Amino acid sequence: MDKIIEIRHLQKSFGTNVVLRDINFSVSKGEVVCIIGSSGSGKSTLLRCLNLLEYPSGGEILYHGNNILEQEMSNAVYRAKMGMVFQQFNLFNNLNVLDNCMVGQIKVLKKDPASAKEKAMEYLELVGMSQFITAKPNQISGGQKQRVAIARALSMEPEALLFDEPTSALDPELVGEVLKVMKKLARSGLTMLVVTHEMGFARDVANRVVFMDSGVIVEDDVPEVIFNNPNNERTREFLRRTLEE
Amino acid sequence: MERTFLEWVILIWNSNWSLFLIGARNTLFIALTGTIIGFAIGIVIGIIRTIPIDDNTHPVARIAYKIINFLLLCYIEVFRGTPMIVQAMVVFYGAAWIYNIHLSPITAGIFIVSINTGAYMAEIVRGGILSVDKGQFEAAHSIGMTHFQTMANIVLPQAIRNILPATSNEFVINIKDTSVLSVISVTELFFLSKSAAGVNFAFFQTMSITCVIYFIMTFTVTRILRYIEIKMDGPSVFTIHGSQSVPEAQIRIVNRE
Ligand SMILES: Nc1ncnc2c1ncn2[C@@H]1O[C@H](COP(=O)(O)OP(=O)(O)O)[C@@H](O)[C@H]1O
Ligand SMILES: [Mg+2]
Repeated sequence: MDKIIEIRHLQKSFGTNVVLRDINFSVSKGEVVCIIGSSGSGKSTLLRCLNLLEYPSGGEILYHGNNILEQEMSNAVYRAKMGMVFQQFNLFNNLNVLDNCMVGQIKVLKKDPASAKEKAMEYLELVGMSQFITAKPNQISGGQKQRVAIARALSMEPEALLFDEPTSALDPELVGEVLKVMKKLARSGLTMLVVTHEMGFARDVANRVVFMDSGVIVEDDVPEVIFNNPNNERTREFLRRTLEE
Repeated sequence: MERTFLEWVILIWNSNWSLFLIGARNTLFIALTGTIIGFAIGIVIGIIRTIPIDDNTHPVARIAYKIINFLLLCYIEVFRGTPMIVQAMVVFYGAAWIYNIHLSPITAGIFIVSINTGAYMAEIVRGGILSVDKGQFEAAHSIGMTHFQTMANIVLPQAIRNILPATSNEFVINIKDTSVLSVISVTELFFLSKSAAGVNFAFFQTMSITCVIYFIMTFTVTRILRYIEIKMDGPSVFTIHGSQSVPEAQIRIVNRE
């Protein structure tokens, strides 16, 4: 299979605090990989390293076989290929819904406004937000913001989309609408890497589930194994605690 | 023969109105130019002082940045920490004595007000930039925007909107504080009022007129800038576009906040 990203011996420390130690895994085209694990285990840091929002302290990130940490490719160009959806949405507050989805296409991909708008409308349609194009971020709900944030990331036509707990900041009744969009994307063949506490989503949608603990990958397997018959005691313990809630 | 206050005011106005108007014009001109140039200085310094420096930055760039930052900090602290009236004297007489440059008082005045305002605005702009949440920087970087693109398209528009009240305040302060430029004979409102009063010795009556003119200027400026703020905020309602059945249908939704 065509590997989009391969991570080898990735490490990250903040000062003396080692947050990621020797992470190895890869994501292939069209795969949906969910990352689970308790708070503080390094899930966000791993995702942020993949988008270079944090710079790894060691190891390699291979993008189609090329180590991007060796600066063969400008960081900005690489980042545009790795879309990111944040827990706090992080929409641009000075821009309306449509402009949020156009600004990157125009400034980074150098598209003309007409084709940028067409692309933005296509994805706003997909997430069900095309009716709200003139709204400012402070005029829409959290679930709507997150759907716009997904459309913004998709408008850049990334190779893979990274989600960092996309539903954790939402009121419970708004979680469903975002998960529905994400399921739709997964079915459409988009490559997705999702940090989540939504075990139902991981079980139903993921091709693979990665369990992280204290900065290492403890287990990386298909959801049937992780959820029904995990090999590692730590995985079992985490799932028992989580599913009890 | 005793004159009433009103008679004095009318008399002074009739014989000196052109002085008052020239003074008001010069005051407004210096304050406006000084605020605009100071604002520009503030934006440039504010941007430089918020460039992210991390482990990933080249060591040479990091050292250069430290030196530039130190010099900028010196400028900010010196101009904020000394009175403008003294700065005016030092620059005006210093330029003549050290460099043999004889600035016109108005030029010297604009120069002083600009760099003075710049020192204050630099910190105000920095605060405005830092008030935009880090998440928006990260989102911009995550779609491949450079630091400069992020600043120009996302952060500065919000920072400038946030600092507009503080800028308007600086402008009002400048209208009032240009009066200290009278020490270097700038023909602004206070300087010309003083010379009008020197003719008739009616200081109270003359300065009362001056007071009113200052107030009209500051009040008008405050209102205009408030209007601009409201305009920049845009409409508080948005429209829903194209319902499936009737494409032209537009439902107006009131702001949730
Ligand atoms: N910028 C940072 N500076 C210092 N420590 C950090 C920073 N970001 C994360 N950490 C630390 O890294 C650890 C893992 O954090 P994170 O990746 O956010 O975990 P998770 O997303 O799994 O909850 C935590 O102990 C956190 O305190
Ligand atoms: Mg996290």
